[in-house]
Amino acid sequence: MSSTARDRIFARLHAARTTVSPYVPQGGTWQAPMLDKAQRIELLKKRMETVRSEVHVLPEAEWPAKLAELLKAREATTLTYGHDAWFGGTLRSKIKGKGMPKLVPYGENVEAFRDELFGIDVGITSTLGGIAENGTLIVWPTPQEPRLLSLVPTVHVALLKADTIYSTLAEAMREMRWAENMPTNALLISGPSKTADIEMTLAFGVHGPKELIVLVLE
Amino acid sequence: MGSQHLDFTANVTEALADRQLRANFKSALTGLMKKRVAVLPDAAERERMRDDAEAAKRKALAKLPELLERLERKCTENGIIVHWAETTAEANEIILGIMRSHDATKLVKGKSMVSEEMHLNHFLETHGMEALETDLGEFIIQLNHEPPSHIIVPAVHKNRQQVGRIFADNLEGIPYTDVVEELNAIARKTLREKFRTGHVGLSGVNFAVAETGTLVLVENEGNGRMCTTVPPVHVAVMGLEKVVESLSDLPPLLRLLTASATGQLVTTYVNCITSPRKDGERDGPKEIHLVILDNGRSRMLADAQLRRTLQCIRCGTCLNHCPVYIRIGGHAYGSVYPGPIGKILTPQIDGLADKGVLATASSLCNACEEVCPVRIPIPGIIRRMRTEAYDEKGDGVVKGHGAKKNLLETLVWKGWELTYRIPALNRFVVSMLGRFGDKLPNVGPLKAWTSVRTAPRFAPKSLHQLAKEEGIRHE
Repeated sequence: MSSTARDRIFARLHAARTTVSPYVPQGGTWQAPMLDKAQRIELLKKRMETVRSEVHVLPEAEWPAKLAELLKAREATTLTYGHDAWFGGTLRSKIKGKGMPKLVPYGENVEAFRDELFGIDVGITSTLGGIAENGTLIVWPTPQEPRLLSLVPTVHVALLKADTIYSTLAEAMREMRWAENMPTNALLISGPSKTADIEMTLAFGVHGPKELIVLVLE
Repeated sequence: MGSQHLDFTANVTEALADRQLRANFKSALTGLMKKRVAVLPDAAERERMRDDAEAAKRKALAKLPELLERLERKCTENGIIVHWAETTAEANEIILGIMRSHDATKLVKGKSMVSEEMHLNHFLETHGMEALETDLGEFIIQLNHEPPSHIIVPAVHKNRQQVGRIFADNLEGIPYTDVVEELNAIARKTLREKFRTGHVGLSGVNFAVAETGTLVLVENEGNGRMCTTVPPVHVAVMGLEKVVESLSDLPPLLRLLTASATGQLVTTYVNCITSPRKDGERDGPKEIHLVILDNGRSRMLADAQLRRTLQCIRCGTCLNHCPVYIRIGGHAYGSVYPGPIGKILTPQIDGLADKGVLATASSLCNACEEVCPVRIPIPGIIRRMRTEAYDEKGDGVVKGHGAKKNLLETLVWKGWELTYRIPALNRFVVSMLGRFGDKLPNVGPLKAWTSVRTAPRFAPKSLHQLAKEEGIRHE
């Protein structure tokens, strides 16, 4: 059934070609402004905070201490992460001891890990970059850092290297050569999960994370 | 709802009498209008974005068969299984078949207007499947057995008290509350359990990129990511007009979509799906199906004016700015797509005989065209719907063409034409109206016409006559 449906649809689409010679206006006129590095960090922070993300800009060496402080304040009991992520070793050596959450690497397929994952407090991921114009993180999950790390836990912590913040989405797509390298799932993440479906009242954490914490590493 | 006979006048009368409904719509839509302007403050920049977005969509329509073939080829290379459906019935059968082949009974759904167009939930339920809406607004109205009243904010007609009652009446062990945070928490708890245990996830598609075979979905809640990531099978449905040529078309389209829809620079999640789970990856669906639906769209493409309907990116901003929609709300239209876009889309999908009446609910104020991010000439197409509904001749291609044509109106217009063509007849009719015009019996079409308008008073003497009496030679 499906192949004949396809044939009939394409027959109509091709036939439309002969009755209409369409006018196509010129595009390519809009571009968001390009910014220098300090401006990019500042704008990203401002945009993300507007939608209630928590953004801390700090020297790279200080992130484990900052993370420990944030976890303590939230009394997190479990934290999941990718064992082989670039920060995995540091995480294991620095986030331990009294008051620190139990580290649970996302080391199995979701079928086996799902039930445990839905009960975990914090997920931490790396990012491939950020976009200043709209305050967005570029997250491409990998075998080392699966997709659900940034979605299921109640708090999502993202590590963003300041050098990888682009001015615009168009620039990020060009520089990272998206067209040649699209991964299984490319995500742009701009804040905690939110909704305004009831009386247009904004509320956070409806299905996904209630909090998004971004550590911008300089 | 879609197949029922539409009594638009009765629906409108009922909606206008409902003060609560009108208050709910007015407050929500006024807020959305303000947020749109706040996020697009620079008019010149906004117009440049619209230039780009319009160009991207018109370019895609101009190359539609090639781009759809390319999309199919890239998706297939990426491991996505592509299906084609001419009608909604075929699309429903395809999805049912996919569920059955996996022994699946539980479908978790992200928001999809095409699935509403297909009446998929009802179809699956009659075949013993559970189809659960997980977008908060859609979840609320599904519990109350209602269709959406807005493309973007489907439960906008409900206030918090009404939502509280719906939850308390339909969810086990949930007491009444009208605190929005508590209502959200109830939905979170209920639905996260459903994501964890769902067999198949369904989503719509905002943009399908032919260049890479990528499905792009925007959302704020995270339910879309849940539906497309947690269950082992993901089914995406799209109308065939959703394809764009390349990734570089996306930035202006994404910006305008979210700005127009909800007044945001970007949504919380932009979810770009290019393939099912690869070897070594720990999560994501093992199988992805893409169902591409025609349902009248290829017919629209054959007409230079009507094809512009297909530029629509379903942002809903024409609803928010429509003086008619604001007052009567979405349900009165009795159709999946309400408001200005619905007035041109629905008659083209369902036919002028059933839905042509929708095109009458417009003052042609042009607000919709002024705000449309892809510049669809909606008022012009509304007039086209009106003309085609009454006129059997011409090059009309809309289903149900000429359906409203009737003897009375044909005779009235023929009489009008003759009166203006034959001077003697014109003098006679004008003089008769001057004498007896105010005494015409108030019955039939005259009664209907004057029920909401003040009947005009006829002057005893015509302008011609007065000028002649005054001795004016050159009128």
